[in-house]
Amino acid sequence: MCHGIFFDILTSMSEVSNCAVKLNNISKSFGTVQANKDVCIELRRGEILALLGENGSGKTTLMNMLSGIYYPDSGEIYVDGKEVIIRSPKDAFDLGIGMIHQHFKLVDVLTAAENIILGLKGSVLINRKKLASEIREISDKYGFSLDPNKKIYEMSVSEKQKVEIVKVLYRGADVLILDEPTAVLTPQEADTLFEMLRSMKNDGKAIIIITHKLNEVLSLSDRVCILRKGELVGELETKDASVKSLTEGMVGRSVSLEIQREAGALGKERIIVSSLTCLNSDGLKALDDISFKLHEGEILGIAGIAGSGQKELCEAITGLYPVEGGSITYINDDEPSELCGLTPTQIAKKGVHLAFVPEDRLGMGLVAGLDMIENMMLKSYNNEKGFLINRKLPKSTAERLIDSLEIVTPGVSTPVRRLSGGNVQKVLLGREIDSGPSVLVVAYPVRGLDINSSYTIYNLLNEQRKNGVAVLFVGEDLDVLLELCDRIMVLCGGRLSGIVNAPTATKEELGILMTHMSD
Amino acid sequence: MEGFAVVDFFFMAVIAATPLLFATLGEILTQKSGSLNLGVEGMMFMGAAAGVAASYIYEATVGDATLGFVSAILAVLIGFLAGALGGLIYSVLTVTFRANQNVTGLALTIFGIGAGNLVGELLGIRAGGFTTVAEDTKRMFSSISIPWLSDIPVIGRLFFSYNFMVYLAIITAIVLMWIFNKTRVGLNLRGVGESPATADAVGINVTRYKYIAAIVGGGICGLGGVFISMADNSGTWIFNCIAGRGWIAVALVIFAAWRPSRAIIGALLFGGLSVLRLYLPIDGIPAQVYNILPFVATILVLIFTSIRQSKEHSQPKSCGINYFREER
Repeated sequence: MCHGIFFDILTSMSEVSNCAVKLNNISKSFGTVQANKDVCIELRRGEILALLGENGSGKTTLMNMLSGIYYPDSGEIYVDGKEVIIRSPKDAFDLGIGMIHQHFKLVDVLTAAENIILGLKGSVLINRKKLASEIREISDKYGFSLDPNKKIYEMSVSEKQKVEIVKVLYRGADVLILDEPTAVLTPQEADTLFEMLRSMKNDGKAIIIITHKLNEVLSLSDRVCILRKGELVGELETKDASVKSLTEGMVGRSVSLEIQREAGALGKERIIVSSLTCLNSDGLKALDDISFKLHEGEILGIAGIAGSGQKELCEAITGLYPVEGGSITYINDDEPSELCGLTPTQIAKKGVHLAFVPEDRLGMGLVAGLDMIENMMLKSYNNEKGFLINRKLPKSTAERLIDSLEIVTPGVSTPVRRLSGGNVQKVLLGREIDSGPSVLVVAYPVRGLDINSSYTIYNLLNEQRKNGVAVLFVGEDLDVLLELCDRIMVLCGGRLSGIVNAPTATKEELGILMTHMSD
Repeated sequence: MEGFAVVDFFFMAVIAATPLLFATLGEILTQKSGSLNLGVEGMMFMGAAAGVAASYIYEATVGDATLGFVSAILAVLIGFLAGALGGLIYSVLTVTFRANQNVTGLALTIFGIGAGNLVGELLGIRAGGFTTVAEDTKRMFSSISIPWLSDIPVIGRLFFSYNFMVYLAIITAIVLMWIFNKTRVGLNLRGVGESPATADAVGINVTRYKYIAAIVGGGICGLGGVFISMADNSGTWIFNCIAGRGWIAVALVIFAAWRPSRAIIGALLFGGLSVLRLYLPIDGIPAQVYNILPFVATILVLIFTSIRQSKEHSQPKSCGINYFREER
């Protein structure tokens, strides 16, 4: 259906040979869950196709079938017009299909070059010089740089991503699939990536990006396919698309994209940070002379390029990072007390809570192998008296969170790692909020979340703000920071480069502050 | 006089180091593939007993026609195969049946000690007292004299007078170093040991790499055993002859930071400690104190290496964890 009429009308050979990959009536289910149902998608050479959908809409599953990780229950896959069977990632590589996963598959202690040729057949000995020049050739061709001899563990996220891309290209892929490639990148890094992808497109490669970020779809792609609950619900040219039409296609109903923000005077001072300085493991200043005030009932945003000191600041306030100099004063009922030097438990008891979502989205705060009840207990067991643990209270907390935050889980006793990313983040944030904090430090709470889940989180934070909680919000998306926060503090290289008033600030203003390096 | 003692000490240290070096190299190879095989001690026992048994049975079969050369080769070969059998048992249990690596390794040690002693003692009973091999065979495992080279003062004794297994151990170290650092196979092996999921995704046969590494690694450990029974004990089976050296090798792997070149230094150091009593006797210090020196050093090594923080020269990341492709 998706191809027949098209084919009859346009019989010109160029159109036929232009089709790189065709998925025909692909279905896949896991147990009782139908992940994909009768999906037909066609990918042409020299185009960037965006595969759009909410978390759990089956985008990644569909692409995993193309890259050989899963095998479809029914349906056919055509590559260059020929029907193919893809049973393993190796089959996919052999057909010129390469997928760059959200979680990079790289060996940390090996160099970029070693990772790139890992598993490839060839001469017994490795010709490192030739390999390095081949890698340079690829990176030069698409206008970026990559040091072949740098070890993966010394690399930033965006460098690792480049290694993954070169790895796929080196193996001769002309169909590239990128799963949420910008989820962990800064805006600048994302722009660089887009430039790379565009030049690959011009080189005749076919590219699919899986994403839920609408601005990416609009700025990068040529066509969009929208998946909802495993089915293809829309296919359109990007030039005919708008944020509104895409959102409605994705969610299935119209969604308000406005974050409610009530303007008001700043509340009382809650935390005063003055001249805070921290050193990193190399003895360099991770935070350099940071001073600011956090008030009751405000959301203070923190913007900055990844690694500008956001993590250190959050951890210093919550007692997890050693403070070298300066002070952090906590004010409760006009009574100031010093937080520096207290243990994390003592700080948490005062009502200062941290919800940090790290790059791998599970590392900090929750124990993946434990279920929701046990994860609730991690915070509450200290308050219980006696030798034995009481599971009743945390169980009711867990159940309450499932209801109020619409957490999708088989039950409170399912290990947290089995939940999807969005739900894990809701559990983490929900637990911190549930303990009634007076200061809430949240870092990257919407990392990797789709629109619907993101807005649930924003509303949660807004509610806290209304209740007089002082919220410190570390974010990535400047648009969201501008809409959600009262004030935005910009960090650059561990220094405070400015605090702006969010309602009147602009993205450009923030961008300048983010890269501003004054001495 | 003093000068000769130093040369003698070094010579004996090398002899004591060789079985440790074999076992360490075998375990490095095994661990590079992500298998933590704690059965080194057991595989050394298996190799030691099989080596003696091979020589003894060969000599008993051919009688006067015994060739020392053939007998020695058989001992090395069968000893290697016995150790490899240990590695095979380990692979079947941990790679195919996904048994816990630590438990499997410990079980292999217990099995190997039992099997080795059983075979050794049975041979002794059959031989009517104790087993021993022909003089020709013994000569193959004792110091050699290379014309001209061995006659060079000091240097000749230090470098050109050992039995062939010492050189075999050093060659093994060099070959492993070359494989790990220069070849595709070595790169793939490191990939498997560090991140089997990544290796699997790029089409490397993880199971095959783990099997081969553990089997060849076990064989090399077995050679360590052969050295103890054939060279140290001159082809005679002595009850419990390995006596904990397999465990020292496990610690040496950590000391060597999974690098064959450093394994040579480590083995030499520990070999030296174990013969120190003979060359540096101090009045009032009982022999037992000297005997525990290697073990004390092992503990110190483990403490200091755990303080050392290096991403590169640390245990392959998947070591101890069985891999199976995620089916969702």
